[in-house]
Amino acid sequence: MKLGRLSQQGIVFAIFIAMFAGFAIFLHGFATTDNMLALLQNVAVLGILGLGMALVVIGRGVDLSLIATLAVPPGLVLQMVQDGSSLPVALATALLLTVAFGLVNGWLIAYAEVPALFTTLATGLFLAGFGQALLFKLDVVQWSAGLDGFEKLGQGAVLGIPMPIIVFAITCVIVAGLLTRTRIGAYVYAIGDNPNAARATGVPTRPVIVLEYVLAALIGCLAGLVMAASVNSMPTRIYNSTWIYDVILVVVLGGIGLSGGRGGVVNVVIGTLLIGTLLNGMTIMDMSYSAQNLIKGVVLLAAVIADSFLNPRNEETAQQGDI
Amino acid sequence: MEAFVRFKSKYWPDHLLGEILSKRWTETAIPVIVLLIVAFALSRSIDGFLSPVALADQARQAGEIGFIVLGMGLVVIVGGIDLSVGSMWALADFCALYCLDVLHLPVAAVIIVTLLFGALLGAVNGFLIGYLRLRAFITTLITLIIYRSAYDLLIQEHSNEIAAAFPDFPSWNFIGGGDVFGVPSVAIAYAIVAIFGHVFLTRLRPGWHITAIGGSRRSAYNSGIAVRRTIALCYVASGVLTATGALFFAARLGTVGGDVGVGLEVTVLTAVVLGGISLGGGKGSVAKALVGTLIVLLVTNGLTTLSVRGGYQRMTLAAILLVAAIIDIRWLKNRMRIISKVYVTPAYNYLPPPPPTEIGAGGPFEQNDKLRDVSLIGLGRIEAPEDVILDRHDNLYAGSRHGDIIRFFAPDYERMEVFAHIGGQPLGMAFDKQDNLYCCIGGMGLYRIAPDRTVAKATDETNRSWLSVNDDSRLRLADDLDIAPDGRIFFSEATVRYEMHEWPVEGHEARGNGRIVCYDPNRGTTRTVLRGLKFPNGICIASDGQSILFAETFRCSVSRYWYDGPKAGKVETVLDNLPGYPDNINLASDGNYWLAIVGMRCPALDLAWRMPGFRNRMSKRLPLDEWLFPNINTGCVVKFNEKGEILESFWDLHGANHPMITSMREHRGFLYLGGIANNRIGRYKLANADPDFVQYDKRWGRA
Repeated sequence: MKLGRLSQQGIVFAIFIAMFAGFAIFLHGFATTDNMLALLQNVAVLGILGLGMALVVIGRGVDLSLIATLAVPPGLVLQMVQDGSSLPVALATALLLTVAFGLVNGWLIAYAEVPALFTTLATGLFLAGFGQALLFKLDVVQWSAGLDGFEKLGQGAVLGIPMPIIVFAITCVIVAGLLTRTRIGAYVYAIGDNPNAARATGVPTRPVIVLEYVLAALIGCLAGLVMAASVNSMPTRIYNSTWIYDVILVVVLGGIGLSGGRGGVVNVVIGTLLIGTLLNGMTIMDMSYSAQNLIKGVVLLAAVIADSFLNPRNEETAQQGDI
Repeated sequence: MEAFVRFKSKYWPDHLLGEILSKRWTETAIPVIVLLIVAFALSRSIDGFLSPVALADQARQAGEIGFIVLGMGLVVIVGGIDLSVGSMWALADFCALYCLDVLHLPVAAVIIVTLLFGALLGAVNGFLIGYLRLRAFITTLITLIIYRSAYDLLIQEHSNEIAAAFPDFPSWNFIGGGDVFGVPSVAIAYAIVAIFGHVFLTRLRPGWHITAIGGSRRSAYNSGIAVRRTIALCYVASGVLTATGALFFAARLGTVGGDVGVGLEVTVLTAVVLGGISLGGGKGSVAKALVGTLIVLLVTNGLTTLSVRGGYQRMTLAAILLVAAIIDIRWLKNRMRIISKVYVTPAYNYLPPPPPTEIGAGGPFEQNDKLRDVSLIGLGRIEAPEDVILDRHDNLYAGSRHGDIIRFFAPDYERMEVFAHIGGQPLGMAFDKQDNLYCCIGGMGLYRIAPDRTVAKATDETNRSWLSVNDDSRLRLADDLDIAPDGRIFFSEATVRYEMHEWPVEGHEARGNGRIVCYDPNRGTTRTVLRGLKFPNGICIASDGQSILFAETFRCSVSRYWYDGPKAGKVETVLDNLPGYPDNINLASDGNYWLAIVGMRCPALDLAWRMPGFRNRMSKRLPLDEWLFPNINTGCVVKFNEKGEILESFWDLHGANHPMITSMREHRGFLYLGGIANNRIGRYKLANADPDFVQYDKRWGRA
């Protein structure tokens, strides 16, 4: 890479460093080990979701149903244990539901050719409604005695490092391995880069797309389990929040273009760190939620504008259908 | 059995299916059907669903949301997306109520300020996406967050002031809840905007620019469209339309609750996609936006009214959306494939066994080799001279495949030049009294080339027939012409269902798709005079000056049509059951007529023409190049008279000089031969012909 042609992740990383340094110097209590761990812990779930999203976005898709997979299958685990099932049975059922959901998503997108944006919007709505109508008795599914020990997934620590961070790290390694070391990963990039060319060269595009969405759903379910374990409940109304937009921001800010075929796990980590640092610093400064959002938005906008100046796109280089 | 086939072929309008499907508006068919089903189901299960009060209430909400869907639709058509509409909606709602309740501005000023505010919010998006060329999805996602948090901060400060105020202005109340003859104010405003939007998108230049940019941004840019400005303005329009909807919303409810507009972008996006406006750009219409809005609104409101539990409501909504989207996408994707399967609908075309042409069989069509020794003009220097004509100074004109009219100079026709460039394939030609050369151009219409070589379009459209599905006003394949003594031009159009290069398909179909059109240069009018002809081709004014002789290629006949005089409007068959496919007709020096026969019939196609079902299966199951088409095997020139007698025929048995003959023209004792597949013009010395015969002089008198 030539000097002066910073990529988007470079810019975002630079902003992250600058912000981190600024907070470390000016904010009391920011640059402490405890705060660092808290920062990471807070964004670990977001980061895990980001990985699932990244997998799909690299394959030129998008998965807006991630929050539903985060809420409903883990909520089902809590509910089933509450109702007297054993933990393994509950986990197996939730896993089954997640895989089935991922398959439906993938089938709709790959075989029925419904745009991913629209499919996952609708299936997410469906899954949330399914949970609300048929699975859960209350909006917040409570922890029960049968789950004891499972909370370590969210609250435990290994060598002083909280479990969510470790789960995030492990997921990072797995996804990175999948994307860079396996044939499937290469297919995902090929499909994201040019689906028609990939298909013409004999890549089984449709099965690979289905696999992407199944994996994304599984990752979303994992994030949900971590979240439930760390707060000892599953607030299923989280589906109504705009959290999914944060997930997309993590991915896109990190430098994974929505047009697909570019980026990797590193980008998700950078995006997660930026958002995490920003939120953590503002929380220490005791800003209101809305003000935090406002500043977050402005910083993000600055990052995207800087990218467009450093990596200008014009009508010749822009990809058709790249929104 | 054959009588039944003939009857069915004549009266059963199976060709209409393909024509209806080819209409652009059938793209919206699936969303409309979904809308009807939803409306029907809801009206059956909810009492008073169709009552005026309920409808007015629906219309109010539909109008408010509908404005945003129009804006979003515009942005999606131009190839972007606007996720910030929900937040813009909330901010515009706040702006209107703040101006009214806190600043106490007059209602007119409130409207103006709110719309300007919406434009400003949209302009931020537009500037970032249009001029800075950020990605639309991520940019509007960020402005969604920024606008939403700005709104949250603002209502923290001012919601109490707004909640405390009770504005009471008749005009404000009219916006919120007024109606005209029961039609809510917002619905009227929406109707006006929607109609303008439809005209804008389909009839005005900026609307075309928007569709062009969405279809292919690069091509639009390269063809000089102001891509950046247009894109930016689309986002501004989205902001203004959102603010308009919010204005009505503010006037109706007057609240600035925390959840105003939350998740609205999802509803709007759903409406856009359900209506059939494709994400990625280039396709969409106001009707689609309207249909999408209504579906989403009916489903959500209907489920609420049925007091379905929240969870089931979501599931139902999601399921309906998905099923509708799947069907719609399948339909859009396969529509062209279905059209290509059903558009070609062969018809019954009976011909009796042809008269013999073999040597020794006798009769006027008996083959000979008279044309073997013709001399050749412009060999290898001209391509596809469908028709040839000579002016009164003996120069020879012929069309060429390259869209030119070539002139060969008398006396030896060695020297040639491009007389005029038109751009389409020139077919039949004729001189009028002022030496203007009128020429039928395939795919373009009727053109006039003045003696000073200026090319002018004479006509390219005729009156549209009321009952046809295809728009038949545009000329697709003007073929041959002749000019009546009073200057009226009669020309044939071979088909209204196919383009020029698809003429063999027309032969396969053998339906009466052709017509004869009259262009009157004195009054500048063009009218269709005769319809339902099977590939009308050559045209020649008959000796009485009140009728034309015209050839129908795939009916293998020549007929006479009276346009004036006591028999005006009548059609009579002159020649029937020709052994081949007739093409151009021209005057002979002895008062008879020359007729080119471009190819000879063969028993296989004659039989197939009597079996429409067989050819129908053929066109559905076989690739196009394996269908049965009329042969262009060998041809001849015959001379006939108005009584329908064949007097003489001229053949080129070996096809060495003239693989095909589409036209012939007699001039000073010679016969000049053209063929649309040839690279030459033939010149044949006629025995016993008037050596001074010039068609111009014969028709218009000696100058």
